[in-house]
Amino acid sequence: MRYFFRRLIHTMFLLLGVSVLSFLFVALAPGDYFEEMRLNPQISQATVAAMRSKYGLDQPLPKRYFRWMQSVLRGELGFSFSYDTPVRPLLVARAKNTLLLTATAALLSWLVAIPLGVWSSSRKAKWLDRVLTLGTTTLLAIPDLMLALVLLLIALRTGWFPTGGLHDIRFSRLNAWGKVEDTVAHIFLPVMCLVLGSLPILFRHIRSALVEVLDSPFIRSARGHGIPEGRVLFLYALPAAANPLISLFGFSVGTLLSASLLVEVLMSWPGIGPLLVEAILARDIYLVIGAVMFSTLFLVGGNLLADLLLYLADPRIRME
Amino acid sequence: MIRDHKLWLILAVLASAHLIVLWAHFFAPYDFASQERAIPFAPPSRLHFVDPEGHFHMRPFVYLWEPRPGTETLGAYVEDHSQAFPLRFFVRGARYKIAGIFDSSWHLFGVEEPARIYLAGSDDYGRDQFSRLLYGGQISLFSGLMAAGVSLALGLVLGALAGFYGGLVDDVVMRCAELFLALPWLYLLFAVRAFLPLHIPPTQAFLMLVLVIGMVGWARPARLIRGVLLSAKERNYVLAARGFGASDFYLLRRHVLPEAYGLLLTQAALLAPQYILAEVTLSFLGLGVGEPVPSWGNMLASLQKYYVLTSYWWMFVPGLALVSVFLLYYQLCKVLQEQVKLVRF
Repeated sequence: MRYFFRRLIHTMFLLLGVSVLSFLFVALAPGDYFEEMRLNPQISQATVAAMRSKYGLDQPLPKRYFRWMQSVLRGELGFSFSYDTPVRPLLVARAKNTLLLTATAALLSWLVAIPLGVWSSSRKAKWLDRVLTLGTTTLLAIPDLMLALVLLLIALRTGWFPTGGLHDIRFSRLNAWGKVEDTVAHIFLPVMCLVLGSLPILFRHIRSALVEVLDSPFIRSARGHGIPEGRVLFLYALPAAANPLISLFGFSVGTLLSASLLVEVLMSWPGIGPLLVEAILARDIYLVIGAVMFSTLFLVGGNLLADLLLYLADPRIRME
Repeated sequence: MIRDHKLWLILAVLASAHLIVLWAHFFAPYDFASQERAIPFAPPSRLHFVDPEGHFHMRPFVYLWEPRPGTETLGAYVEDHSQAFPLRFFVRGARYKIAGIFDSSWHLFGVEEPARIYLAGSDDYGRDQFSRLLYGGQISLFSGLMAAGVSLALGLVLGALAGFYGGLVDDVVMRCAELFLALPWLYLLFAVRAFLPLHIPPTQAFLMLVLVIGMVGWARPARLIRGVLLSAKERNYVLAARGFGASDFYLLRRHVLPEAYGLLLTQAALLAPQYILAEVTLSFLGLGVGEPVPSWGNMLASLQKYYVLTSYWWMFVPGLALVSVFLLYYQLCKVLQEQVKLVRF
């Protein structure tokens, strides 16, 4: 328990560091949200100055940071200029969608990668293993951007899947089952893209971890005792190879988040990604900082979850 | 020295790709900005050997594209068979400067005006995709390579400081690295980009991309290099050299850093494609190099329009180039990893 307490405090410091870093970048940045207004001859300079002081942009940086911290403590996470509301409600609505997308993708890619990796490692250097290894190597070289574009092309050509958004227009009038069906149809394409993107890395790690374990004496003796191969693979070898894989889980959350940023923009999935790009183009700095903080929170959360799993899986860590 | 044909083969292919891109002025038949607005989205030119009368020609030729009669849709073209335009090598074309000094107008190949040769079709302004692909490669390939250089240089300096001196320096550097690694990398990149001006001239945009991408990614190489140095500095010959009064700088240069060369090479091969992709992603979303200067990212950006995505397959060409460069880099990385285990640098 103390271990987790320590991790939690560590996380807090990390988030604090990220926020300081973001504000330092803000300080280096030329121009702000009201820059374009200043160039507009229809708005007087006095109005622009008044608006800047209303949002506190004329204050020195430490003071702005302090004010931002206060608003974080109030649970507002700063103020968005372009939406004219506190940042938190904006982000929370979007974060739910990002979470739905990445969690589904993470679950699915692990569910696919584990059997494939185990299967492939148990038939090392046979044709199946070769085909899978070659396939994943090729897939690794295809960036998410291209995957997303090709999937979009297929969807548009065949009309099998809706190509954007979270729900159909008729969503509110659908019954419960219809709603599930509609969500699945809409989430399919982005999830497919994320799964295909993260699969090769997961597959390779799982395969190499298992290949190592399958060489060890206890597996040979288990096989010698006539224990069925499936049992050996999944109940003996997989748990022994679990440690690096659980750490990989934390890492894979980060990659998925980065990948989902682009996929969300391309497939107009209303997650944090499009909001961030919009905010960057509008110079809405607090929204940018908020989005970055949220993504860090997800990543740290994923790592924490991985640590928790590791803690449960490995008695050696519990003893420390 | 490494005696591996595969490694040299991959390196040769990669190097020639970079060289061709670097001499895009010569290899590209047209300037990246020259437009042919009358025929947007012209499909790739077909090279013919047989004319309508059935005569065979040794020298391939192309026809003019003209809008298909009676259609209003973009990109519906037929060939005008009335006049053939043979493909010629070493022709005079758009003027350019070699290394910014010498004036030249030689191009590797081309056809006579008014015909234009489109090896990879043309885009919505009727600009030659093939020429833009080569010019775009200058931005995309070299920004990746240079950003990897920046990252590795930063990582080397900071990692070496942390690993070699330890103590407080180590703590500070490694905490900072943790901070950078705690952020999802694309989000971090976007955040840093967010605080720089949006509309900047292409040269500055290129340098900005190199610096931003390079500086965001320093943490991982720094950690790895620190790890190598930590073990390297404890070796007996290092201790012996220190006992003979060798200075820190001498020790680092002569005995400790050479252990990290293999790591640096593999990391470069690993980081370069990742950074090329970063540039492509940023330019794709309009946060990198802007029109009319091409980069593979902003060339792909037109695919965000659904009618372009479904109708004009040749707009995917920069993507194909990207995938092949990635395949090469991954192969290089794989071979290097095997070699570094075998060879001591």
